Amino acid sequence: MSLKIAVLAKQVPDTRNVGKDAMKEDGTINRAALPAIFNPEDLNALEQALRLKDRFPGTTVTMLTMGPGRAAEIIREGLYRGADEGYLLTDRAFAGADTLATSYAIATAIRKIGPFDLIIGGRQAIDGDTAQVGPQVAEKLGLPQVTYAEEILNLSEKARKVTIERHIDGGVETVESPYPLVVTVNGSAAPCRPRNAKLVQKYKRALGVQEKAAITKDGGVLPYSDLYETRPYLNIKELSASDVDADFSQCGLAGSPTKVKAVISISFQTKDSKRMTGSDNDVEGLVVELLSNHTIG
Amino acid sequence: MANFYTDNDELRFHLRNPLMERICFLKERGYADKGKFDYSPQDYEDALDSYDKILEVVGQIAADVIDANAESVDIEEAHCENSRATYAKGTQENLDAMIKAGMNGVTMPRCYGGLNMPVTAYTMASELVSTADAGFDNVWSLQDCVETLYAFGNDEQRKKYIPRVCAGETMSMDLTEPDAGSDLQRVQLKATFDDANNCWRLNGVKRFITNGDADIHLVLARSEEGSTDGRGLSMFIYDKRDGGVDVRRIENKLGIHGSPTCELVYRNAKCELCGERRLGLIKYVMSLMNGARLGIGAQSIGLSQKAYEEALAYAKDRKQFGKAIIDMPPVYDLLATMKAKIDAGRSLLYQTARYVDIYKALDDIAMSRTLTPEERKEQKAYARLADAFTPLSKGMNSEYANQNTYDCIQVHGGSGFMMEYACQRLYRDARITSIYEGTTQLQVVAAIRYVTNGTYTNILRDLAAEDVIDEMKPLMARVSKMTDRLESVVNITKENQDPEYHDLMARHLYEIAAVTVMAGLLVKDASSAPELFSSSARVYVNLAEAEVAKHAVFVENFSVDQVADYRK
Repeated sequence: MSLKIAVLAKQVPDTRNVGKDAMKEDGTINRAALPAIFNPEDLNALEQALRLKDRFPGTTVTMLTMGPGRAAEIIREGLYRGADEGYLLTDRAFAGADTLATSYAIATAIRKIGPFDLIIGGRQAIDGDTAQVGPQVAEKLGLPQVTYAEEILNLSEKARKVTIERHIDGGVETVESPYPLVVTVNGSAAPCRPRNAKLVQKYKRALGVQEKAAITKDGGVLPYSDLYETRPYLNIKELSASDVDADFSQCGLAGSPTKVKAVISISFQTKDSKRMTGSDNDVEGLVVELLSNHTIG
Repeated sequence: MANFYTDNDELRFHLRNPLMERICFLKERGYADKGKFDYSPQDYEDALDSYDKILEVVGQIAADVIDANAESVDIEEAHCENSRATYAKGTQENLDAMIKAGMNGVTMPRCYGGLNMPVTAYTMASELVSTADAGFDNVWSLQDCVETLYAFGNDEQRKKYIPRVCAGETMSMDLTEPDAGSDLQRVQLKATFDDANNCWRLNGVKRFITNGDADIHLVLARSEEGSTDGRGLSMFIYDKRDGGVDVRRIENKLGIHGSPTCELVYRNAKCELCGERRLGLIKYVMSLMNGARLGIGAQSIGLSQKAYEEALAYAKDRKQFGKAIIDMPPVYDLLATMKAKIDAGRSLLYQTARYVDIYKALDDIAMSRTLTPEERKEQKAYARLADAFTPLSKGMNSEYANQNTYDCIQVHGGSGFMMEYACQRLYRDARITSIYEGTTQLQVVAAIRYVTNGTYTNILRDLAAEDVIDEMKPLMARVSKMTDRLESVVNITKENQDPEYHDLMARHLYEIAAVTVMAGLLVKDASSAPELFSSSARVYVNLAEAEVAKHAVFVENFSVDQVADYRK
């Protein structure tokens, strides 16, 4: 049995290793000061896809990412670990997208390059922390979704069903779903395998169109240029908005109803403290207080 | 995010040594594989770029997985259950990560599934692994036993075993027995030919076998009935899939807890003869040992590197008398000395690895075609250099690992004596490096003839004749003076023929030769990369000069009649 799997991955600024100059004075991210990395939970997602490939020979894993030309790095990182191919969805028209416009672009691309049996992504990206893109892609494609997945336990081709363990508060829940489906994977799932030495050597020169153009502009020479003809897998495929027949009004800034009004840095400070016991009276008093000041409710 | 490779410019420097061009050309047979495998290098630059990227993968695994598991592995240790050795949980995770990364059978040809990497690059990987967990390095790097199987096994054995090693099966070399440690000629494990089944059988006991429950074993056994010395020993391949070898117990050790040290019982275990009968000890084990000794050099440098990093971080952080202790001369003296020993030891280690690479690649080429007279000359010269340098690198780096981990605890003060800090583990792990694969005393035995026949002095004279930057000229002049002293001290010992006197003086001559060679190599490296090594070169030459003087005075003032005072 062989499956077709798409892995959704995003290149993000490394917000976990924040230095002093990570924010500009206006409160926006200083991207130059933060290295671009593979979104951590997308690596967990990739591992789940590669495990299915290990289990079901003949399975193909296709990386899909959206971003500028340099985001081709995400495709290479996938190839180094065992993915078979990748697409970089890239167009100025996609710039400034919120989760709605992003999921529109990705769903449109999947319709073009699919169909897939499983579409697996990370739960959320560390730059936006919304966890909305995966579920929205599922909705737009009319597919079932399983979020917070920790492990894909079983997959039956005959029943076309998949069993997934998902993370819930205080434990795990095992759910079953028909496939095709969209799965978003939680950071508590198995970490991604390392890059493989042979695959690194095989794919280290894989480049996207824009990366090649950046090398050859101003008369630069593309090293080992003949390899790109004899080894087609070294050409990372790029898809523009027109390539995927996207409606431009739903793409990028134009398709994004979310508007960031202001970014405010809030630091919580302790003004006073109360001590209470676990007695019914104290608990009830606390609940009443929190309800009355709208902290809960 | 930490990466033990990209964070270590001193290590990376050694990948770019000019000798690498010749090494890659030979190892890649003029880049003949480039059309055959999609992961073969196109040319020299491409090869170096690939090694760099592969070592980056190892550096990442070392930091993220192996280092993170080191403490739990030390505490959990390997266990013995139902006559089998089981790794600690973290060790298994480390091994799985290295297998997924394709870091097995690293030096083997691509036709067997290997990466065809030079020994130098593989040794760097081993250093990185050891920086994270020296005990795990044993489990992983015993894969280099396959070099001996590749060199001396037959075609059928190569095809059967090498792809399995490349896929991640582990190896061990079963040499030591209760009454045969340093003196392997005493090996008693019995190999008999089973005519009925047309195979060899092993019976007996081996002790202190590192990773002794491995998938594929190379075993030294007595195949010649009635023989008593090394000429009656042959080498065998035991495949765990055939069964017949049980783990009786696992040793309870001072350090390297992740590496199971096994006592093995062979009960009519089926095995295959590897190579020719009677050459087991005199040819094949020597090959195994030389590979392993290079590996212990790398393991020692890894331990020293980690000890230095731990000590440096603590010294920057710890404040006493109102300032960080790193700003105090007695503390920065310790740190600068550690760093100088590491830089000098690393120069020696990778110089040795490069010598090994050239002669091994030529050996391998010689299996498929006749070498040209120039190649034969080159092969002989480098084999001799490798033989001369291997015991220096193993002996000195392992002694330095002990000194550096000791000093790491010293920098930590009282905290270093507490089990909460990593330095106690490093100190315990380092202790074995100057013992196994030949004690330091045996490294002296292996090296002494190169001291007395002028091999090291010739190399030092050649080094001194090479051009160095102006900043390094005064240092190279001091190295030349140390070389003169070496020569004069060797000549003093030659005036007397008493063998016990010579054995007593050997360690002193060895130390003088070793520190002088290391000083010369480090000054040369500092000339190529002053930004990395110039201060270490100055510190090391100060240290080496003092060591040379100490040992020279000892030899100069020693009279043969004093031997009796030492004899018990």
